[in-house]
Amino acid sequence: MREMVEVRFHGRGGQGVVTASRLLAEAALLEGKRVQGFPAFGAEREGAPIRAFTRISSNPIRVRSQIYTPDVVVVLDPTVIRAEKVTEGLKDDGWLIANTTKEPEELKAGLATKAKVVTVDATRIALELLGAPRVNTPILGTLVKATQLVKLDSVIKVVKSTFSGRLAEVNIKAVERAYHEAKI
Amino acid sequence: MVAGMVLALNGDEAAAYAVKQCKPDVIAAYPITPQTIIVERLSEFVADGELDAEFISAESEHSALSACIGASAMGARTYTATASQGLALMYEMLFVASSFRLPIVMSVANRALNSPLNIWNDMSDTMGARDCGWIQIYNENAQEVYDFTIQAFRIAEDHGVLLPVMVCHDGFIVSHSTEGVETLSDSEVDSFLPPRDPVYPLDVERPVTIGCVGVPEYYPEIKYQQEVATKKSISKIKEIMNEFNEDFGRNYGIIEEYRMEDAEVAILTIGSASGTAKDAVDEMRTEGKPVGLLKLRLFRPLPVKDLRKALSDVKVVGVVDRHISFGALGGALNMEVRAALYEMKDRPHVMGFPTGLGGRDIRVEHFIKIADELLKIAERDMLEEDYRVVGCRGPGCIGP
Amino acid sequence: MKTWDEVPFAGYILEPGNAESYKTGDWRSRQKPVLSQEKCTFCLLCWIYCPDGAIVRKEDAVEIDYYHCKGCGICSYECPSGAIRMKSELEET
Repeated sequence: MREMVEVRFHGRGGQGVVTASRLLAEAALLEGKRVQGFPAFGAEREGAPIRAFTRISSNPIRVRSQIYTPDVVVVLDPTVIRAEKVTEGLKDDGWLIANTTKEPEELKAGLATKAKVVTVDATRIALELLGAPRVNTPILGTLVKATQLVKLDSVIKVVKSTFSGRLAEVNIKAVERAYHEAKI
Repeated sequence: MVAGMVLALNGDEAAAYAVKQCKPDVIAAYPITPQTIIVERLSEFVADGELDAEFISAESEHSALSACIGASAMGARTYTATASQGLALMYEMLFVASSFRLPIVMSVANRALNSPLNIWNDMSDTMGARDCGWIQIYNENAQEVYDFTIQAFRIAEDHGVLLPVMVCHDGFIVSHSTEGVETLSDSEVDSFLPPRDPVYPLDVERPVTIGCVGVPEYYPEIKYQQEVATKKSISKIKEIMNEFNEDFGRNYGIIEEYRMEDAEVAILTIGSASGTAKDAVDEMRTEGKPVGLLKLRLFRPLPVKDLRKALSDVKVVGVVDRHISFGALGGALNMEVRAALYEMKDRPHVMGFPTGLGGRDIRVEHFIKIADELLKIAERDMLEEDYRVVGCRGPGCIGP
Repeated sequence: MKTWDEVPFAGYILEPGNAESYKTGDWRSRQKPVLSQEKCTFCLLCWIYCPDGAIVRKEDAVEIDYYHCKGCGICSYECPSGAIRMKSELEET
């Protein structure tokens, strides 16, 4: 793994973008890593394009700015690609993980990036399992499959401790389904 | 949550968890972003029976601190939290709390003041309250928030101090960032922080009068007594920090030096910007540039002697404030560092760099620009400007 | 007068009820109440109305405490039996 990995999440207010950044940080923390998980502050408005960030490192993390040259970009909402420059600063050897019905090549064709593009239809998975388009947990499954930033098991553990009862159960199923359905 | 482990907590949660372990008797607060999470968590702890405290939801911050003053005067361990406009609304009661010498602990999630309406981070709130007689500790990350919230109660309640303490962390940047925080067990906190031993509590059996008139014939004597107590608290604060370091394997000081050994120019920071600045210093050092960093943790009382000692060998100091003191020399920190160094024989040049205003992101690149400016000043051995704002578009500023 | 290291902690007053020692009777500048025991019916209205607690209630009579009386005249005004008369103090000085 690189010394420090920086992940930038793009989505819309209400989709659990901030929670996604936190869950990923917590999963890495379980594996003994140093972490930061934080939102682009103050934009918690339903529907508005928002960003959140996760840093994972084996060493203490000191920098506290937002993330401008991410190793990984995660797009939770396909329509946000129109509204936001999601690939801005994304490293050439990085990953773009997107929730979309499109195939990776199809999505990549319309974007200015050399990064690997991985897609998953997380909205369908979320609607089927959670009954709402809350894609923050399933998209983490795809992220793990593509990047192996953390173990799938760590994400499941964190989801289990964050949600309770049936909600935890279906969220774990969503993570696993999106892990397997990742189009790499 | 299980104690004594590494927990995933944001800065606000770290403060709330530490407060819970410190077992306050009374918490009086009014929620305001970005401190809200602290009082939300604490009210949950009380509602769930995890914390046996009186939780007073006041109708304003002025009332919240007033309630704290009453509770603390009764001898209760007392806590509150606020930010920005909330601290501004507390203003007159801040002086009362410190003048009464009440050991109230208050978390402040630093946030800019209106207008324009802004909920984001800077230090206009606590810097504006620097003359209220409170001890002020500034934290870089959630770990420090946790550790210094616990130490704040020890410091405040120590009979050699008896002053209220503000424990500050940058709003959102620290308050809303989740990090791994190494917590202490409840029993470790108990052994470090014994129950409060109030000096003159309000008690019908032993009546005392607090807050009486101080006529001009007595006011200066009472205020100078407070000034001496505040100045003297520095040694006590150091002592308590050392004890905490020894007990729990930390390495805190009232100031922190980073790569200062052979530094020719120094960046002086406060709060979370210090972390970003350290990365910048490393980058500069890789290029062979003699840049060091001094992080100020204790702003009130100002550790004048420590500042003089730490900055005696550098040619230039760049002081990074996170607010503007309008119409003066940039920010308060810049002015105070300059004043502290003024009587030194070979004093360094001191230039201010107010930055990060109203939530403007401070990046490594900003510190590199600042350091380059300091190296230029060192070369020509002359200061051309007292300060320059960083992170602002337009003439005269270093932006964006 | 006490120096900064001698004044009580934070200006607290540690001795309870020491306001009694303050001679507010010195504030009386023009007139003082004089009580006629013959006319007094011990109705205690003066004792109730006196804003400075300067009417001292005894077993079956009241007395005026000139150490604290500021000479406001409320007792005289309220007395229903004309037992308290305000007497000029100007000539006494």
